[in-house]
Amino acid sequence: MSQQGYVTAPPYSQSQPRMGGFSAGFGPPNSSLHYGHYGDPNSSHAAPQPGMSKPTVPLGSSAPLGPLPPGTHQFSQNNFQSGASAAGQQPHRFQSPPPPNNTGPSYPPSSLHSQPASPHTASTSCTTQLANQLNSMQINSYGPSAIQSSHTSSGHPASFQGPQPLPLTQHQMALPPGPQIPPPANNFSGLCAQSSLPNMARQDGIPGSGLPNPNLQQLPGQTPGPGYHPQQGNYGPQMAGSQLSYPGAFPGGPAQLSGPPQKRLDPDSIPSPIQVIENDKSSRGGQIYATNTRGQVPPLVTTDCLIQDQGHASPRYIRCTTYCFPSTSDMAKQARIPLAAVIQPFATVPQNETPLYVVNHGEAGPIRCNRCKAYMCPFMQFIEGGRRYQCGFCNCINDVPPFFFQHLDHIGRRVDHYERPELSLGSYEYVATLDYCRNNKPPNPPAYIFMIDVSYRNINSGLVKLICDELKTLLDKLPREEQEESSAIRVGFVTYNKVLHFFNVKSNLAQPQMMVVSDVGEVFVPLLDGFLVNFQESRSVVNNLLDQIPEMFADTNESETIFAPVIQAGMEALKAAECAGKLFIFHSSLPTAEAPGKLRNRDDKKLLNTDKEKTLFQPQVNSYESLARDCVANGCCVNLFLFPNQYVDIASLGLVTMHTGGTLYKYNNFQLNSDSPQFLTDLRRDIEKKTGFDAIMRVRTSTGFRATDFFGAIYMNNTTDVEMAAVDCDKAVTVEFKHDDKLNEDSGALIQCAVLYTSISGQRRLRIHNIGLNCSTQLADVYKTCETDALINFFAKSAFKAILSQPLKAVREILVSQTAHMLACYRKNCASPSAVSQLILPDAMKVLPVYVNCLLKSSVLTGRPEIPTDERAYHRQLVMSMGVADTQLFFYPQLLPIHNLDLKSDAVPAAVRCSEERLSEGGAFILANGLSMFLWLGVSTPPELIQGLFNVPSFAHISTEATLLPDLANTYSKKIKSIVEHIQNQKPYTMKLMIVKQREQPEMLFRQFLVEDKSIHGGASYVDFLCCVHKEICQLLN
Amino acid sequence: MATYLEFIQQNEERDGVRFSWNVWPSSRLEATRMVVPLACLLTPLRERPDLPPVQYEPVLCSRPTCKAVLNPLCQVDYRAKLWACNFCFQRNQFPPAYAGISEVNQPAELMPQFSTIEYIVQRGPQTPLIFLYVVDTCLEEEDLQALKESLQMSLSLLPADALVGLITFGRMIQVHELSCEGISKSYVFRGTKDLTAKQIQDMLGLSRPAVPIQQGRPLQAPEQPVISSRFLQPVHKIDMNLTDLLGELQRDPWPVTQGKRPLRSTGVALSIAVGLLEGTFPNTGARIMLFTGGPPTQGPGMVVGDELKTPIRSWHDIEKDNARFMKKATKHYETLANRTATNGHCIDIYACALDQTGLLEMKCCANLTGGHMVMGDSFNTSLFKQTFQRVFNKGLNGEFRMAFGANLEVKTSRELKIAGAIGPCVSLNVKGPCVSENELGIGGTSQWKICGLDPCTTLAIYFEVVNQHNAPIPQGGRGAVQFVTQYQHSSTQKRIRVTTIARNWADAQSQLQHIEAAFDQEAAAVLMARLGVYRAESEEGPDVLRWLDRQLIRLCQKFGQYNKDDPNSFRLSESFSLYPQFMFHLRRSPFLQVFNNSPDESSYYRHHFTIAQWQKAGYQDMPEYENFKHLLQAPLDDAQEILQTRFPMPRYVHTEHGGSQARFLLSKVNPSQTHNNLYAWGQESGAPILTDDVSLQVFMDHLKKLAVSSAA
Repeated sequence: MSQQGYVTAPPYSQSQPRMGGFSAGFGPPNSSLHYGHYGDPNSSHAAPQPGMSKPTVPLGSSAPLGPLPPGTHQFSQNNFQSGASAAGQQPHRFQSPPPPNNTGPSYPPSSLHSQPASPHTASTSCTTQLANQLNSMQINSYGPSAIQSSHTSSGHPASFQGPQPLPLTQHQMALPPGPQIPPPANNFSGLCAQSSLPNMARQDGIPGSGLPNPNLQQLPGQTPGPGYHPQQGNYGPQMAGSQLSYPGAFPGGPAQLSGPPQKRLDPDSIPSPIQVIENDKSSRGGQIYATNTRGQVPPLVTTDCLIQDQGHASPRYIRCTTYCFPSTSDMAKQARIPLAAVIQPFATVPQNETPLYVVNHGEAGPIRCNRCKAYMCPFMQFIEGGRRYQCGFCNCINDVPPFFFQHLDHIGRRVDHYERPELSLGSYEYVATLDYCRNNKPPNPPAYIFMIDVSYRNINSGLVKLICDELKTLLDKLPREEQEESSAIRVGFVTYNKVLHFFNVKSNLAQPQMMVVSDVGEVFVPLLDGFLVNFQESRSVVNNLLDQIPEMFADTNESETIFAPVIQAGMEALKAAECAGKLFIFHSSLPTAEAPGKLRNRDDKKLLNTDKEKTLFQPQVNSYESLARDCVANGCCVNLFLFPNQYVDIASLGLVTMHTGGTLYKYNNFQLNSDSPQFLTDLRRDIEKKTGFDAIMRVRTSTGFRATDFFGAIYMNNTTDVEMAAVDCDKAVTVEFKHDDKLNEDSGALIQCAVLYTSISGQRRLRIHNIGLNCSTQLADVYKTCETDALINFFAKSAFKAILSQPLKAVREILVSQTAHMLACYRKNCASPSAVSQLILPDAMKVLPVYVNCLLKSSVLTGRPEIPTDERAYHRQLVMSMGVADTQLFFYPQLLPIHNLDLKSDAVPAAVRCSEERLSEGGAFILANGLSMFLWLGVSTPPELIQGLFNVPSFAHISTEATLLPDLANTYSKKIKSIVEHIQNQKPYTMKLMIVKQREQPEMLFRQFLVEDKSIHGGASYVDFLCCVHKEICQLLN
Repeated sequence: MATYLEFIQQNEERDGVRFSWNVWPSSRLEATRMVVPLACLLTPLRERPDLPPVQYEPVLCSRPTCKAVLNPLCQVDYRAKLWACNFCFQRNQFPPAYAGISEVNQPAELMPQFSTIEYIVQRGPQTPLIFLYVVDTCLEEEDLQALKESLQMSLSLLPADALVGLITFGRMIQVHELSCEGISKSYVFRGTKDLTAKQIQDMLGLSRPAVPIQQGRPLQAPEQPVISSRFLQPVHKIDMNLTDLLGELQRDPWPVTQGKRPLRSTGVALSIAVGLLEGTFPNTGARIMLFTGGPPTQGPGMVVGDELKTPIRSWHDIEKDNARFMKKATKHYETLANRTATNGHCIDIYACALDQTGLLEMKCCANLTGGHMVMGDSFNTSLFKQTFQRVFNKGLNGEFRMAFGANLEVKTSRELKIAGAIGPCVSLNVKGPCVSENELGIGGTSQWKICGLDPCTTLAIYFEVVNQHNAPIPQGGRGAVQFVTQYQHSSTQKRIRVTTIARNWADAQSQLQHIEAAFDQEAAAVLMARLGVYRAESEEGPDVLRWLDRQLIRLCQKFGQYNKDDPNSFRLSESFSLYPQFMFHLRRSPFLQVFNNSPDESSYYRHHFTIAQWQKAGYQDMPEYENFKHLLQAPLDDAQEILQTRFPMPRYVHTEHGGSQARFLLSKVNPSQTHNNLYAWGQESGAPILTDDVSLQVFMDHLKKLAVSSAA
């Protein structure tokens, strides 16, 4: 069991006997009960405390209460300790007695009082109980119970309707002093006795009081009410606040969100991701980071700096969850910190960093260890005067090949150390020999095949014409090697509806030839010669074709499409041409035509939050799996551009893309005017991308540990070879490691990642990345070198993979429990002794809770009917191949104030935390998460700003239709545009800009990205989640 | 009365009919003893420039089971305006239009010289002729070029309104759409997958969805004709387009590795051609013209694998049951041929290659549909070029010498029954009182379908005398036969040609000399040969030969004059004098001999045997006329002249198709003197000796000996 805590991946696997039952499943048995409450009120509550909850609790209205441990939590001593430096720095005392807070005007006051009120005078017990109460409320928030509880509060929805700032004032007005507390207190006592919220609510005569609407308001300045421990007061309200958020999932939500500023736990006092990012920027930004030391922690992904390869791979290529591995597997299990590396083997490096050197040993080929086959690298130790070398990975002694011999200097280093990239650098490339080629034949240059859905919808929307027109210019921009004049990549064209049309565009033809393949049941490639051509040579025929395609189908009335046969056809074409390549498929609808891979609409909201929910993420028919396998086997990468108007079953359509290292793009309800720029930019970028084809990746490690699991846009035929039909600069593979044995602190943990691939010019190459990590017997060393961003990348991928086989609820529980475990372990083993109720976070992980909460709130892990299944499948797929920088931005969007810019500076303004509270009526903000971008405008945005940006006189004149900012000749506009450009720069997906005005309907959409707040879909606020985690930790520590 | 020779010739010229016996034995037993069955060779569309068709419907006997056509043999009561059917004796009223008839005002069909008459009738819409080219692209460059030129040339020979289509095949099959501007468009099929007609039509988009798919868009006018014409277009509209298309035709682009045959999907290509026409123009005159340069090597209908090291099946393999693809392939092509016949289309096969091309398996496609079969070494030979050109030759009256979708019905008077037919036809399975239970050839029916025919197409029709020996037909009576052929003329008119003939009955015992004198030995030889070939298709070669020999010996015994056991005394009357010689050549001919012939060649000769067999019988004496086998129609007259100096040249000798190759000619020319006797010879077909054929002299000696032998 403890292993489950060690890393998340194993717990997901079905084979773990205890995983299935949630109460037993997570974490050590003693704590598991506790986590069990997440999301499953019914089963959870029987387990923990026999006397606590009664069967009388109406199901659905009551959230089960958490266990009521004896009062061990001293909230008064609650500290958020941020590492050593931060320790004790911000003891938050919330003194005010929790006054009931009425969040909605219509809400009966009595209800407000009911919950917070605690009968207990004994401070300790009170606190714990409150805490528990809070927990139970939290529980409400997570699972279906939140929904269930809603119906009990009939008064709620109305009261929360409409986004208005009103609640805010109301809150403040509702801050009643102590007097109001007593009644609740009484109730609370009842509650404690009964351990059941609903009962309590009934006692109060409030229907639906399961809702903890009673917001206890915490005003720091307020005096605690009698009998209240201040902290407890703080927490209580705070939790109550969180409760409010859950109703917020119902129509009343936004109102709730808009009225946060109760003075409760000061958000500024809890660890701020922005602060962490900015600190790192200021300490390391703009500097040179040299990778000369094993186990050194690189700057954050958000920090710009110049990276110098001095023996270890640049963090652009490899980032690790921790740069110091625990020496033993026991330690690892204890800490439960996932040991993982996020490898982005083709990551783009800035112009000012050195591109990879290419080593060419001619026919001899790369030098490799005889035993473990690791490639020559800085970790090889030369001995015996340079005649032999010891492999750093398996310790095997190898002879140095004569052609490679070189003498050693006085410190035992080869004299040519700095002349050979493979001796001195972390990353470099080898030219591969024929032994590394398919069938021992040098590969052909890759090919790109454009496959356009020409069914009625795409013709009618103008998409086909758009694509054809764009291709005419894009084909001149096919990627090529630096030294080459033109691209070696050949291109081919296919159109399809329910049949396939291939085109012969051989250069000597007067006009293109179209070949229709109607046998979609067993699709084949009707021609060989003339299908894949060099664009430069066939330019006129290709252009002729691209001109004709839109006309040819102009009066089509074919609305049915096929899909799997399209991929099959592309794959067969590449196979026939004996080359690797990419398919660019432009598709718009559910493939319902009679053909293999035919799909039906199987989207079923009733499956949400059931054990069958996972099926929504699995392909509908098996044929896609085997198609993916065939594609990978033939080096056929599938890039999919989707233009859906409705459900298209992305889980099925995207599967091949996913496994072939392709990229999925989705443009909902594609409109030619507003969506073209986004689509065309994506297309252009994708075509120009530097890509490795027909790739196979192998991760080798030094003795004592090994790679056990891989996540990404990959295909695995066995347990070690990571196959990718193609891998581009944006694709990252997350690799998890486990101990085999004890690790030696002296030799450290070495990782070599070798990617064998075919370059865009058709050269077979090996790309090698080496990184050395430290090992330690001290857990503190491990915690010190953790990288939260990489951890989140790992957690996201492992959780998103797990939902294919596990119920959502279980996956969420594991995430929470593992977070708590990691932090609890730190607390137990590394932090200086302090009261158990103090929340102490390791410095390197202090923003882990907020990020984990963001992950939990992601649409993929939120089973809500309002979120389209396709959207979830889409996000799931994207995240699976993301690198650390992309996941960081995706889960914690960047929110930039742009109303108070320093127009003279080139700098991008510092981001602010993703919370409602950071917005202001007079402000304008840009929010971006890598997929979407918003420009939010407060109602009182200064007119000059509006004028400068939109060239309209007032807020009211701004059109929210636009998806681009107008090009205006003023510094303000230019500045903003450059910021937008900067944000967009190097992101794999083009973000469509949405303009959102405060208090207008689209704001709802925008608010989902304010990830520190409660989510309209039921996600907890940062503060609430932190409390929840804290409580879990406390549980664990006991 | 003129001689029987003249009579025969005259009858043939007028009616296109030659009987083996021109006086019929009057009882069944006697007929059997005649050895050569009572049968006729019918050339339904014999060219008759002197026969203007009449423009009205034929008058039919009103008896539903009879429906014979009014003819000169009918008894007519001009006053009562009645006529008696000469087949069933039903008395019929003339239709109102015939009110004015009298002895001096007879309609044409009653005049004796119009025993053969042709009616033009108005039935259904007239559809233009259809020519669907199915072209193999797995050819050598030179061959393909020659073929392309021939095809381009042929466009100018087609009727201007004819519809033409193009299917090319190699590893894949391409059905070309002919009406595309700016881009040439074709539908491509995999050569390895057999498709049903429905699938083919679906894939070609020929089947329209029942309901318009989407609302809100203007409904398109029904465009049935447009659909059909995507692949079949009037020549005058697209000849430029098609000429270009043919010009751009490339050799099959798929690489053929060393030691392999190109992958050639003839089976599926034909299947698609058949399916295309089936879906678009059923029961309309159409030719599928297959041009192939090698054996089918993949998919249904494959005859040999693509490994060159495995040779194509030989007779030896077939005997040893070692031809692994043969049965399956034959079945495939038979199915296709039957479908084609059902649709009234015909399939021509032009196979030009040095090796076999699978004609054995494909033969039924031409045989059953009345298509041409041409075998040559290369498309770049005058043999092919001229033969192909002649397909589009016009007759004396400027009409194409081709007709389609014929339905031949045979009616007999009561003393006769129909035993069957042998020729390029399929049974329509029409039973009736005049259908015999004993089948000779394609029997069990009184109607046959001949999908493609020309003025030379000849069928052998076998009859059976009904009357028992104890109840013979009274002397002096006449038996009658009526042939009714309904067909689509090359002008697309629907026509009906009716031939009615009669012959005298004679008692074989008392009047044998009459019967003997009326023996048509040429016709008889052909009729026997057809039976022999028909049997050869299903039986072992030696068995057929033995059967033929036995028949010959029996005939000689029956009609020869000799003293028992004295071969030297053996004499045959003039009317039989040549018959044994014919048989000698027949048994040595490639029709029955497989030695030194590939299965394809056998199929080829047997196919031709059904039409143009006869010249072979004589050519051992005329090696100087080697060109005869290369040239077809043009030297016909020359050839005929020469032949006529040797043999009375039967009318149906029309060498429309390519002849044999030189080796066969030479091997036939001068049978070497040999030690082998008759019986040993027949069984040594597999021996590696170049020829051990007996000479004609030896053959005749043996024959005489056997004929006179009392043991026989």
